Amino acid sequence: MDTKRVTLFSGHYGSGKTNVALNYAIYLKEKGEDVEIYDMDIVNPYFRTLDGKDMLDQHNIPLVVSDYANSNVDVPAMNSGAYRMIHDKSKLAVVDVGGDDRGALALGRFETALKEEGNYDMLLVINKYRFETQTAQDTIEIMNEIEAACGIPFTGIVNDSNLGRETTTKTVLASLDFANEVSKQTGLPIKFTCVERGLYEDLKDKINNLVPIDVIHYGVWC
Amino acid sequence: MAEKILMKGNEALAEAAITAGCRHYFGYPITPQTEVAAYMAKRMPKIGGTFLQAESEVAAINMVLGAAAAGVRSMTSSSSPGISLKSEGISYMAGCEVPALIVNVERGGPGLGGIQPSQSDYFQATKGGGHGDYHLIVLAPASVQEMYSLTIKGFELADNYRVPTMILTDGTIGQMMEPVSLDAVEVKQFDKPWAACGQRGRDHRNIINSLSLSPEELEQWNLNRYARYKVIEEKEQMYEEYMMDDAEICIVAFGIAARVSKNAIVEARKKGLKVGMIRPITLWPFPTKALKAAAEKCKAFISVELSMGQMIDDVKLAIDCKKPVYLCNRTGGVIVSSNEVVAKIEEVSKM
Repeated sequence: MDTKRVTLFSGHYGSGKTNVALNYAIYLKEKGEDVEIYDMDIVNPYFRTLDGKDMLDQHNIPLVVSDYANSNVDVPAMNSGAYRMIHDKSKLAVVDVGGDDRGALALGRFETALKEEGNYDMLLVINKYRFETQTAQDTIEIMNEIEAACGIPFTGIVNDSNLGRETTTKTVLASLDFANEVSKQTGLPIKFTCVERGLYEDLKDKINNLVPIDVIHYGVWC
Repeated sequence: MAEKILMKGNEALAEAAITAGCRHYFGYPITPQTEVAAYMAKRMPKIGGTFLQAESEVAAINMVLGAAAAGVRSMTSSSSPGISLKSEGISYMAGCEVPALIVNVERGGPGLGGIQPSQSDYFQATKGGGHGDYHLIVLAPASVQEMYSLTIKGFELADNYRVPTMILTDGTIGQMMEPVSLDAVEVKQFDKPWAACGQRGRDHRNIINSLSLSPEELEQWNLNRYARYKVIEEKEQMYEEYMMDDAEICIVAFGIAARVSKNAIVEARKKGLKVGMIRPITLWPFPTKALKAAAEKCKAFISVELSMGQMIDDVKLAIDCKKPVYLCNRTGGVIVSSNEVVAKIEEVSKM
């Protein structure tokens, strides 16, 4: 896909934004771009971009994240470095926005700057198997709430439909109609569909713009 | 089986409560259980239920008491410090013998502690927490699927025995997402002729309180309640056995610690160590029968806990200290690792 200077990933919490954002940042870096990733989640106490620090370090991608992420401090904080996202236009920015309208609220701080620059993609990450977004209608309801909270309209869709470790090729294929329906009703293009790397070979000829992704592994809880 | 969907533990719990017929939720936000309240706030108005964010935890638990006394299924949820605040109300509910569901998505303590997952409210949940002679029925889910099934079970047990029931889980299980099947379940309902919901043709008014004017009367209330507890201890012990057939070492762990322990057991078995697990699903009543039986054939026990060692006391009591019981633990919001459990198994196997 064509790359805008700022790519924002937003959507229902738990739809897979963090993994998608991590992989997208790595993809850009591997293309030779100068990219930083921003964790703008002000809601989740754990399970966040910081958990993918090893993956990011391997690729030398700086992570801008609240000092309090994954700590015991329960405050909705953003790192002051977040302003680099709009001030340093020499770098590409990948932004992991918090889930739902609550999580996206903080992004509103950058609404004016992002619109003035006019070089961003705001991507709606969708998952047909995620509770509360199983239909196009429910997905669009949450999409509208997010847009109202942060003031930034979506420009495209990422189909990340998955059932965690129980995802199969069938799971992914069965999500295509849903994604198309969201696209049809919103008028937004499906920028790409994500699938865990192990399933990529079996699906690459069956789905347009299919992208293999690596998923943060929480082995300890299996 | 219904098509699976991805849910957070807290969401599965909230959805289960609605499936169980709970239409009255009273709460106050606290990490890491806030999704329960957020979900109820969104959902309850759509189904004719009540979501109320109280001015404090103390207020919320007393609203639960009031709703439960009127005979409807009601609940509250909180996390460790919030449960301490609710403890007075919980004691009153035990004294009033009103059934309701109390959810504790534990975080580290004592005091304000932290927001990372913990199991250090075991004593508080199983031994009282509030004042007086009472028990709660305490259920400990170890998966998002069990957050669903045990929440429904919790409402049923509470109503059946007129005992407030607690779901004791931790931040990890509350926050993590897993595929869940929301199978159509038949939820048991119970007559509540004791409920204070109007006279309804009866020849008397039902009055619910926890005040007894004479010591003898209070003693009799307590004796009656403990007779019921005895039935619960006899009939309601729940546990899961894992690789216990030939086990020489028995791990005892619940919730997230049991998940880690399962990984550790698989690893230890690759090294030829005969280890299995008894996972208490009811923490009260504690699964003493299963542990007693295990004590006959196992040479040692390891209690794996995210606390300084609380359940270990119940393990020792259950087996009358017939075999040594060792502790493998992390606390303060740190999750014990599979490697740490394997190391403990190896250490104990050499003793």
